[in-house]
Amino acid sequence: MSDQTLFWIFGILAGGGAIGVVILQDIVRMAFSLIISLGSTAGLFFLLDADFVAATQLLVYVGGTLVLLIFGVMLTASGPFRRIQMSTGETFIGAAVGLLFFSVIAFTVIDVEWEQLDGSHRPVAAAATDETGGTTRAIGLRLIGIPADTEIGVHRNSGEKTGYLLPFEIVSVHLLVVLVGAAYLARAKRHETSEATGGDA
Amino acid sequence: MTHTLADTATTIQSTLQGWNLSEGWAMFLTAVIHVALVAGFFGLPAGIFIWAERKISGRIQDRLGPTRVGGKFGWLQAIADGGKLIQKEDLVPEAADGPLFRVAPYVVVISSLSAFMFLPFSDGWIAVSLDIGLYLMLAVMSLEVIGVILAGYSSGSKWALFGGMREAAQMVSYEIPMSICVVIPIITAGSLNLNEIGGLQSGHLGNWIVFHDPFSFLAFFIYFVCATASCKRAPFDLAEAESELVAGFLTEYSGFRWSFFFLAEYASMFAVCGIAVLLFLGGWHTGIPGLDGILDGPRYSSDSFVWTWLANALGFGVFFGKASLLVCVQIWIRWTLPRLRIDQVMMTCLKYLLPISCVLFLGAVIWPLALSYTGKTTIWGTPTGERAAPTMRLESTSSAGQAPTASTSNGETGP
Repeated sequence: MSDQTLFWIFGILAGGGAIGVVILQDIVRMAFSLIISLGSTAGLFFLLDADFVAATQLLVYVGGTLVLLIFGVMLTASGPFRRIQMSTGETFIGAAVGLLFFSVIAFTVIDVEWEQLDGSHRPVAAAATDETGGTTRAIGLRLIGIPADTEIGVHRNSGEKTGYLLPFEIVSVHLLVVLVGAAYLARAKRHETSEATGGDA
Repeated sequence: MTHTLADTATTIQSTLQGWNLSEGWAMFLTAVIHVALVAGFFGLPAGIFIWAERKISGRIQDRLGPTRVGGKFGWLQAIADGGKLIQKEDLVPEAADGPLFRVAPYVVVISSLSAFMFLPFSDGWIAVSLDIGLYLMLAVMSLEVIGVILAGYSSGSKWALFGGMREAAQMVSYEIPMSICVVIPIITAGSLNLNEIGGLQSGHLGNWIVFHDPFSFLAFFIYFVCATASCKRAPFDLAEAESELVAGFLTEYSGFRWSFFFLAEYASMFAVCGIAVLLFLGGWHTGIPGLDGILDGPRYSSDSFVWTWLANALGFGVFFGKASLLVCVQIWIRWTLPRLRIDQVMMTCLKYLLPISCVLFLGAVIWPLALSYTGKTTIWGTPTGERAAPTMRLESTSSAGQAPTASTSNGETGP
């Protein structure tokens, strides 16, 4: 019963935060609304016993919004509390994309046959918690490709041996390349001017 | 299996249900009791260290510090401060962004309070014992900076904005070496569960992770520097910087909202020092050879509830003493060292602490391989529990559905 109550609280906060991001016009208020939405999503993950995903949600997404906040402050530094104004065309395109995305999710939800999911189908993460004391170990073992969790029913197809470490590393190197590129672009102008002044001297 | 607070929660809940309360109300009351306990552990250190800071800073500056409120040593100074602050007017400047300005102190306090949920004060004396306790605690504590930036931005003042932006730059940078240093004890212990990491360091001083290898010894000091910076304590208090920015992000705050920031700051100091004690300095173990063994007897046996409780209460005292000592070092540093410039703060982190912590991390990874030639698992410690047989965990999990076998693993809180 209390799980239901908490689900509703977190669900309403997550949805309300998301609506706030759309409606509010001050960029820092929008970022704060996004923090509420993402934090409540982390709460929903906790309710599903997915503690590792929840903690990562807090660290990566809620903490990442921080950078958004900083950019917001930097963008609004020209005048106090600058507002974002959108043209009619932008509103129309945004609404169309949002509607498309909503229909994708709605159809997925409708497609699930909820009547067949009675109490015997517990979330897979909950099974992992009961057996090994957390989802972290299961995730870590999957990462290095040890199908140790076949018995506790986290993954049924235990034939593969590769694991997720290589894709994970490729994605992280990709992100690093993007970061270095961003840093280069941000620095490029200053680099040229310093060279120019060096040439003059 | 020790008696954890989660078991206590189940006991309280079943007792309350015995009093003809419905399940929902019993659960709610249990939650209230828990939150009150955590809030007590959150407020108590903050109150003590506010007094200690005044007293120690007074002595360092050749003054007496508070001497009047509550007796000769001014014991009740923190309560008197609180009483004074409640009476002050709750101001919101006209140029400020009202709602954000009001909500910012709560963000800071809530993230600091939430961190105390995952901090074990003694074996099993933890509100929420999770397998990822340390990871979650760091995640929650990193949210504190959002409140500071919100406060800085929403104040509508240039001083506050400068303070907030400095804090953002500082926190985003210092989190990296701090996290890398935290990973080193995790490699040594093979667990993210703070209760488990603390329990592994029983025996004598050689079993403390700080003395496990030279890399973790150095990592302790790097962690402590980064932790000091993450609490925005001098010499890293650029966000406040009274001599340059009036009071930084706190400029426009007054009354109780101002005191919320300070409550969170002192509580965070205790929390990061608590992490340092658990990860490096033996947790709730005394480090005296023999004594730990005697205490571990009643601590891990379920024969007598009273003796277990007494051993854990002593462990709480040891833990609190160690963490308080580290907080006093932070206070000592604050009142003896000058503040760094913002470029020096960034340079210290990115040019020195970050490469050093990366080298230490690599060294800590290679260390077991180097030691394997000598045939020992530590230099001069006598490993207990899972550290004696590091492969045991993998075997126990890969064999079907078998619970972790080592005696020290008490991470499961039950369904």
